[in-house]
Amino acid sequence: MGVVKNISRRSFVKSIGLASGGLVLACNTSIFSNEEKAPENFTSFNPNLFVQLNSDGSLILVSSRSEMGNGVRTSLPSVIADEMEADWNRVSVQQATGDEKYGNQNTDGSKSIRLFFKPMLTMGAMAKAMLISAAAIKWKVPESECLAKNHFIIHTSGKKIAFGDLVEIAKTLETPSEDSLKFKNPKDYKYIGKGLQSVDAENISNGSAIYGLDKRLPNMKFATIAHCPVTFGTVKSFDKTEALKIAGVENVIEIKPVDRPFGTLGGIAVIATNTWAAIKGKEALVIEWDLGENKSYNSSIYLEEITKNVHKPGKVSKDKGNINNAFKNASRTIEATYQLPHLAHAPMEVPNTVAWYRNGVCDVWAPTQVAQTAREEVKEALQIELDKVTINVTLLGGGFGRKSKPDYVAEAAILSKETNNPIQVVWTREDDIKHDYLHTVSAQYFKASITKDNKISGWLHRFAFPSITSTFQKGVEYPGGWEINSASNLPYNVDNLRVEVGKAPAHVRIGWLRSVINLPHGFAINVFTDELAHETTTDPLEFRLNFLSKDKKAKKLQTNRLRNVLNIVAKNADYGKKLPEGHAYGIAIHKSFQSYVASIIEVSVINNKVTVHNVYIAIDCGLVVNRDTVIAQMEGSAIFGMSLAFYGKITAKDGEIEQSNFHDYQMARIHQTPKIHVEIVKSTKPPTGVGEPGVPVIAPAIVNAIFAATGKRIRKLPLIDEGFTV
Amino acid sequence: MTTLRINGENHKIDVPKDMPLLWAIRDIVGLTGTKYGCGKGLCGACKVLLDGSAVQSCQIPVSMAEGKEILTIEGESKNLQLLQKSWIEDNVAQCGFCQPGQLIAATSLLDKNKNPTDEEIETAMAGNICRCGTYQRIKKAIHKTVELKKQS
Ligand code: FES
Ligand code: FES
Repeated sequence: MGVVKNISRRSFVKSIGLASGGLVLACNTSIFSNEEKAPENFTSFNPNLFVQLNSDGSLILVSSRSEMGNGVRTSLPSVIADEMEADWNRVSVQQATGDEKYGNQNTDGSKSIRLFFKPMLTMGAMAKAMLISAAAIKWKVPESECLAKNHFIIHTSGKKIAFGDLVEIAKTLETPSEDSLKFKNPKDYKYIGKGLQSVDAENISNGSAIYGLDKRLPNMKFATIAHCPVTFGTVKSFDKTEALKIAGVENVIEIKPVDRPFGTLGGIAVIATNTWAAIKGKEALVIEWDLGENKSYNSSIYLEEITKNVHKPGKVSKDKGNINNAFKNASRTIEATYQLPHLAHAPMEVPNTVAWYRNGVCDVWAPTQVAQTAREEVKEALQIELDKVTINVTLLGGGFGRKSKPDYVAEAAILSKETNNPIQVVWTREDDIKHDYLHTVSAQYFKASITKDNKISGWLHRFAFPSITSTFQKGVEYPGGWEINSASNLPYNVDNLRVEVGKAPAHVRIGWLRSVINLPHGFAINVFTDELAHETTTDPLEFRLNFLSKDKKAKKLQTNRLRNVLNIVAKNADYGKKLPEGHAYGIAIHKSFQSYVASIIEVSVINNKVTVHNVYIAIDCGLVVNRDTVIAQMEGSAIFGMSLAFYGKITAKDGEIEQSNFHDYQMARIHQTPKIHVEIVKSTKPPTGVGEPGVPVIAPAIVNAIFAATGKRIRKLPLIDEGFTV
Repeated sequence: MTTLRINGENHKIDVPKDMPLLWAIRDIVGLTGTKYGCGKGLCGACKVLLDGSAVQSCQIPVSMAEGKEILTIEGESKNLQLLQKSWIEDNVAQCGFCQPGQLIAATSLLDKNKNPTDEEIETAMAGNICRCGTYQRIKKAIHKTVELKKQS
């Protein structure tokens, strides 16, 4: 992304931002939102939209991406600070509002560091260059004799001046051009690559951190919304008498559905003076629903239907070599079918938003992964201009993809306008699980051919699942391009490869969970690979090391990096050592979000009780910005993967989601926590994804370990439905 | 009128007697550190100390909390403060939403058990879900706090 453009114009506040197209905008915007106006008599230097240096030396850096445990409010500002030679102790982080001037703010796809590492370096380098210029002017010396170090500019003579003391001069300077900027040698980084503590750690630990659910405004009311139990069903009639009798309930309002991908489902809202009254009021509503056309959706029957669809020829997405010949000439073929259920995101903090509409403007405080999309939704819902909507992004109590869909944000805006009050919309946990954008249900069929000398000559992978595209475009019945790549970019050495997709219409709102398509593909490919190892009586590690391609394709897919992480976990796990009775190792490798991950997991299975003892995980994510965050994300991925392997299943019966809370949609807990050993590959390659690539390897490694321990091959999750306890 | 004694201060509130303590604390008293996660006693996000014991505040009606000492994450207690320090130093939190509940559960554990084993930690903390999966660090931070206490 080209970032900085020279702006030959003097102005008091010169700000440079990133437009969504990767272009650069100059604008006169302060980094302060409406809510927090800059103090009076405040002298500051704003070289760009992300940096504000104050005359007292305090430095405000902007985080334009959402913080949901990904550590981004620490990592990206630390990149600016490092390049700028700023002192991290003088830094405070300011969260950006939703605005396209910040470039892409969609905090999904594990791309914050991938997309913004370079631009943030540039923001820092630009500020640094201007401070050096300012010092050179002040001292009347050449710039080449000045350097920046730890919040000072130092002259070769040894004299130095604090950053803050240069604000007056720096703010009058022109912005340098991008090509003139000088960047640090990566070996001199002092924050990048280390493990800076989260800027929010203290507030989180003392309870003062503000999540969406914690936002309070004077005279704010609380709202819950009864949505139709069946997706896209509508209200026929309702009776609010009993609800209004509940102490604290003030109003009951119907919300009409908005037919947009992230529009509200519509329903009946109960407005009250506190959340409890709003919840009780919702329970007391009597609503007659028109359940609509999804009322016959039964996900278990549906799974069997799409399974049938993968057992017959589908649409060909990739065809290399000649798969039919491979099957014909094989000494034997093996087939397997894998079935995975819908999943709910269930972030710890339920969907919620505070909105305050007054005099044609709407201020919103939302835990959202997509501040700009949320802004758009509010604009559409209220039919006001975009610049009348301010999205303040609070901390997110987890996102995992749920908070990429701001249907709940627009709901708060609609209710605030209707009631002339600041409103906090709160989804209960039950609402969250029953009305999620669900991770897709999937069926995958494989057939491989094995030659006389035990080589895999052909690989057919056919899958069907309702695509996320169906959320944006009704009627879509097949997966789209990027939902296929993780199958067609198979890292293995197979001459004849075919990928086909089967038909799968959607009956619920589809929205991928953390790791997206890599969950089903990573699972099935890794388990099927294990089946092939077994079938060819080869050790699973050896099989993979040999099977990973080494040819031309290997270069493109960088299979050497996958091989490397696999070797690392094998070493860390001391693969091949004798394990206790009933214990075994399982392996999985997967590339996603441009990162390479391998995992070896040790389980024991005793009387069908599965215990996960050790998780060895290695990731190659290129250059690392915050080591500790990468480790934390891998640890979290292990637990996240265990939850879905053990328990993860959402089912629909007669169109209604059957699960409702953490008793029937369970999570792994502390007593099930294995020892998690993380190794990060040292690398100077461009940084790649971290938040998601750790998850796809967990479930298949567990399943492969269970096979190694028991000989029982699992092709369907969750484990608790397959005769195991956990 | 109900009087709740929270973090050493009395709060007179006018709410139905069956209102769960969680909502009284969050919406009426206005202390938002105590979190809602499930409302059904399943996740532990809402834990507070009630007369020294960790309870799920979503399951306790205000009538049962009246006259008792309530300690929330915003309150002061020796063990809570020490644990918070370890939590910060070890970067335990990811999204952090579950952490007030985790810290309260850990405080209650250390108040009762000076030197808990791994197993005792697991038993005491099993009621607290962390969707981000910070359990390994939680265990470590509790052990670390115990060590720090021993040294001082
Ligand atoms: S909110 Fe009380 S246990 Fe979950
Ligand atoms: S840190 Fe996110 S739920 Fe525990």
